[in-house]
Amino acid sequence: MVLKGKKYILLFLSPAVLLITIFLYYPLGKTIQYSFTNYSNWVPKFDYIGLENYKRIFTDSVISKSLINSLILLAGCLIVEVGFALVLAVLVDSIKKGFRFFRMVYFFPVVISGAAIGLMFYLVFQYEYGMLNSVLATFGVEKIVWITEKSAMFLVLIPVLWQYVGFYFVIFLTAIASVPTEIYESAMLDGISGFKKTIYITIPMIKNVIVTSLGLVIAGSLKVFDIVFVMTNGGPLDASQLLSTYQYQQAFVYYNQGYGSAISVLIIVLGLILYLVTTKLSQSKDELY
Amino acid sequence: MDENNRLIPIRSVYKIKGSKIVKYIVLIVWALTTIAPLLWIFVNSFKNNDEIIGSAFALPKAYVAGGTIFQNFETLKRFSENNIFRGFFNSFVISGSTLLFILVFASMAAFVLARFKFRFTKLIKAYLIASMLIPQFAVIVPNFIIMQRIGQHVSGFQGSYLTVIIPQVAGLMNFAILMLSSFMADLPKELEEAALIDGASIGKIFTRITVPLTIPAFVSVGIMEFLWSYNDLLSPLVYLTKRYQPVTVLISQVQSLYSTDYGAMMAAILITVLPVLIIYIISQEYVIKGLTAGAVKG
Repeated sequence: MVLKGKKYILLFLSPAVLLITIFLYYPLGKTIQYSFTNYSNWVPKFDYIGLENYKRIFTDSVISKSLINSLILLAGCLIVEVGFALVLAVLVDSIKKGFRFFRMVYFFPVVISGAAIGLMFYLVFQYEYGMLNSVLATFGVEKIVWITEKSAMFLVLIPVLWQYVGFYFVIFLTAIASVPTEIYESAMLDGISGFKKTIYITIPMIKNVIVTSLGLVIAGSLKVFDIVFVMTNGGPLDASQLLSTYQYQQAFVYYNQGYGSAISVLIIVLGLILYLVTTKLSQSKDELY
Repeated sequence: MDENNRLIPIRSVYKIKGSKIVKYIVLIVWALTTIAPLLWIFVNSFKNNDEIIGSAFALPKAYVAGGTIFQNFETLKRFSENNIFRGFFNSFVISGSTLLFILVFASMAAFVLARFKFRFTKLIKAYLIASMLIPQFAVIVPNFIIMQRIGQHVSGFQGSYLTVIIPQVAGLMNFAILMLSSFMADLPKELEEAALIDGASIGKIFTRITVPLTIPAFVSVGIMEFLWSYNDLLSPLVYLTKRYQPVTVLISQVQSLYSTDYGAMMAAILITVLPVLIIYIISQEYVIKGLTAGAVKG
């Protein structure tokens, strides 16, 4: 059926179009504009300073630290959230008892707020009352200072990875369940089973879902903010600083809106490049098959 | 043909000796990592510091002795401006309103995109959906400035609920438009056609036929949107004055507020997490459907 009526089209579409234009597209343009200015302290008078902010990005040692940290985080997310989640999904798909239980429990961290998870893990690693040190104490082992400059980045990585494994696990589980049984049957007749079945049939069959998930992981990992902000606030000494937490710090703590905007643009460009690389790689693999 | 009969031989080949035990060990260990921290928080939010340090995994002594175990929640109540229960109320006002606006506006847009064919349908749909790629932090500085400008003209606007509701509605509604429009497009058209022939207006068709039929999608999309809004930290942190801050912001400040009162911090986490977990456990199937549909389809 094709309905007609310009009045309704206009009336029904305008709230969504207006809101998204005013509060997403327009500010995106503004952010790009501000990245070329010395906008600071929320004073609306600013000058265009060309590429100064971008030059500063290349000389700022915190940027290189947070860029490395963001890439570590991304690598961790790709390996654990996609790799380990896939393993869990294959395992859960192959069992008969407890299917629903595991699916329910693995998804717990996904629905909890990052802020609560951040605080929870801050307390887990806390020196005096932390969960880990309590465990050590019951075994009579001496307490450990967990969050140090060296370890901070890897410790914030744990809750970030922990939170989203369940999400991709459920996506893969749904995808695996939708693979037609006939394919497994013919594979069985050919004598393919167990581990081989997973590698040669399940994974190729859900390849599209895996590629989509890679895109989601890339976008998601660059957005990670809450957990790190609450757990370490990028510290100690910027050891766990991410591009996202540094951008927040520049714009809302040091009041450098211009420089903060340039960091936002950097994150968006980085995300776009990574996304294009992944899609290209997954396409070229297609031709190999 | 009975499907079970076909499945059994395949699965039995899968069963190499001992592999089943290994499988279950891996699965149970991961399940423990998702449950243990929550249990640890739950038990310890009813204890004082000495007990947390002395016997972190035991039941609260006061509970065993029959005394009061809610001292941490009393502590949380005492902070007038940053009262966590007030934050809880704020959370529900913000996320409830955000959800309401999203469902109304997104379903209207989705209806047009699914049912009207005109020159720009595809273009407008692409424009609305592509906005999902714009991350929150890429727009937060300009949006903050917009909110300040409005605040200069409208008294009481700055730092109020609306300053966080409006950007959240704009930022989260694209997902709802995508999901609802694809659901509506799959609905049978006969009912709407019959109503049209009977002379019903398009507005009536929308409210009386399309919306009631879309309710299943409303539920799963709605739960997701509510959770995202409820769990959001960045925008309430930036826009709101203390009075209106939701529970996530209080959680992020609780370390400095209750510096060494670990029992109170655990209680704060429990209060934040519990409603979400209850919503999730009740509506599991909808949540999982709502979250994964987009990814598996794409």
